[in-house]
Amino acid sequence: MKLDEFFVTGEPLVYGGMVSIVLVTSAVIFLLTYFKRWGWLWREWLTTVDHKKIGIMYILSALAMLFRGGMDALMMRIQLAFPNMNFLNAQHYDEIFTTHGTIMIIFMAMPFLIGLMNIIVPLQIGARDFAFPFVNALSFWSFFFGAMLFNISFVIGGSPDAGWTSYTPLSGAAMSPGPGQNFYLMGLQLSGIGTLATGINLMVTILKMRAPGMKLFKMPIFTWSTLVTCFIIIFAFPILTVALALLTIDRIFGSQFFTVTGEGMPMMWANLFWMWGHPEVYIVILPAFGIFSEVIATFARKRLFGYHAMVWSMILIAGLSFLVWVHHFFTMGAGAFVNSVFSVSTMLIAVPTGVKIFNWLATLYKSKIEFTTPMMWSLAFIPSFVLGGVTGVMLGMAAADYQFHNSYFLIAHFHYVLIAGTVFACFAGLEYWYPKMFGHKLNERIGKLAFWFFVIGFHVTFFPQYFVGLDGMPRRVFYIIPEWMPLNVISTVGAFGMGVGFAIFVFNIYYSYRNSEREKTGDSWDGRTLEWATPTPVPFYNFATVPHADKYDAFLDMKEKGETTFEEEKLEPIHMPSNTGQPIIMMAIAAFASFALIFEWITLAVIGLVGVLIMMGIRSFDYDEGYHVEVDEIKRIEREARGL
Amino acid sequence: MAEHSKRFPINHIIGFVLSIVLTLLAAWAALGSDLPVKWIVAGIMTLAVIQAGIQLFMFMHMTERESGGGHVPWNMMFHGFVLAAIIVAGSLFTMSFGFTHDHDDGGSHQQEEQQEEHSGH
Repeated sequence: MKLDEFFVTGEPLVYGGMVSIVLVTSAVIFLLTYFKRWGWLWREWLTTVDHKKIGIMYILSALAMLFRGGMDALMMRIQLAFPNMNFLNAQHYDEIFTTHGTIMIIFMAMPFLIGLMNIIVPLQIGARDFAFPFVNALSFWSFFFGAMLFNISFVIGGSPDAGWTSYTPLSGAAMSPGPGQNFYLMGLQLSGIGTLATGINLMVTILKMRAPGMKLFKMPIFTWSTLVTCFIIIFAFPILTVALALLTIDRIFGSQFFTVTGEGMPMMWANLFWMWGHPEVYIVILPAFGIFSEVIATFARKRLFGYHAMVWSMILIAGLSFLVWVHHFFTMGAGAFVNSVFSVSTMLIAVPTGVKIFNWLATLYKSKIEFTTPMMWSLAFIPSFVLGGVTGVMLGMAAADYQFHNSYFLIAHFHYVLIAGTVFACFAGLEYWYPKMFGHKLNERIGKLAFWFFVIGFHVTFFPQYFVGLDGMPRRVFYIIPEWMPLNVISTVGAFGMGVGFAIFVFNIYYSYRNSEREKTGDSWDGRTLEWATPTPVPFYNFATVPHADKYDAFLDMKEKGETTFEEEKLEPIHMPSNTGQPIIMMAIAAFASFALIFEWITLAVIGLVGVLIMMGIRSFDYDEGYHVEVDEIKRIEREARGL
Repeated sequence: MAEHSKRFPINHIIGFVLSIVLTLLAAWAALGSDLPVKWIVAGIMTLAVIQAGIQLFMFMHMTERESGGGHVPWNMMFHGFVLAAIIVAGSLFTMSFGFTHDHDDGGSHQQEEQQEEHSGH
């Protein structure tokens, strides 16, 4: 293989990308060397098994991916506002909408939420870390290397260009030769391992490591949403793993599972993909529901209305999520009866979701609302999400779907649910829990500015797309007719508004780091749940003494009784896991193997896989059982943190 | 945590050896034996069930007190079976129901529709 086949050539934008990658990498290496921070980076971050630090790394990576996916989106919007400018050609446009979709779902939405879960769930249930801290680090690095692998595709080898759904036969070897589609398969496969492991890890953590007295139906609602999400992850992700593996075998080893020739079934890919894909959208929306519930209850200063109904509706949504997948391909041509069945099951989902909407409204009803930034995101979520949900029911009608299918109406619908649901929740959750993570709040004034830019920009972008969709504009086209121009220009203006909102949000992180008042107590918002019972910054062992939490809103109860998580007479040595470099090394080797497989260098791939197996062997005989934090040290740390 | 250094994991060793023996037996039945096909299939199925049992009871914590006497594994297995049923039955349902594989019939149907349109004009 020649060098000019290895690197992508001939695109000025891609050359710009290469230059910026080289510049940023050298800048990072220079800064780390100049400030002598390599040891710090390795000891404190790369080898950590602390759930809080891993969570922060998840969120940082997700923000970077949000930037990347957002740039993709802006490039698409420029192309559609000025279709005659030849900003992007058809091939490049195809690659960009593919990476935009894949990155936003797999490498932005999920890691962002998993990052928040990582930090908050153990704190909410009174645990000192995950059930399997080593596996948690492993999960993060598998996601991280998967994401890097996928991102590198635009400069090395060429990006995948068959859409984020990667439908066969288009994505098969016959119609998409070259490494592009393999990047999609291996990037998702590698990060999927991590997601599945996190699902199991969090589920065990929640089931086995709750504070004494905390029954399942006393858990905070965000923890409940995480538990339900883990359940979906555990049952849905294996389907993706198998589908990806089958397509990989098809492409690299020449089998015929999804091919048109050789008796393959191309539509079976769509079937398997959406069997995972539909539960996947609930994987990214249920934690969002949990975040909004926490934020709304906190700033309405009321107990969440209808806690039990909230939990059961989440469980019901999770169950139904496995029974609706065909609504993504009503137009495949299955019989009317098949479509009717899935049409009805789709509309059923609106019932538990509606219950949740009314419960949030009832929580707000007659309450004294504090308009903090996280609360603003939550309040903006309710009407925006309802717009997305109602159009979802419209799409769910199989007969009408023949009109809406693959038009911009669909694009508008799923951006309304994913942005108004998941992205708003990520911002709300990050701002809400920011003081717990970093010891200071984000600036409210700048935060609200970012909020208004983003929310107004969001509606300006996507509301016109419903109408341009009804006017017949199909998705995934890089050139449009004059009739669709005005609404597309409006969309593009809105997209830049969202971009400005995101930029202000990122600036706010820097500004608040410099200027915000440092937190003196751990309870930044007069919170209700256990994460606010810990001091800020949270000690690495979280809880000096684990509280007895037998009430819903356990921290409210503790505050009334005057209890803290530092009861000196109850102190005992705390057992903590040791840091380890094994996860990052194992996953780096796995990434190497995947990279070799992408270019179909089988020998190198086998060597990489053997390396992974050796690392597993080393792990199996690793008898490091962690260490104990002595009582004196706990006392010292807690007194310092609490200013006693 | 500290237990594994004290106690020799005799159960796991037996389970491991048994599962390898069963696998070899199955491989032999499929590749090297002269048995009739029906017998091979039945034999492999039986071996698979025994294998699953060994895995579940010797490795998968089915009987431990810590897993609620197997309550949690059974719960997950139940849901796993439900999901497997959804995948198999659902795929068969969506991928085969309502398709006509008789192409001639579909063709003539289309022609009829076209004729109707013409007569309408």
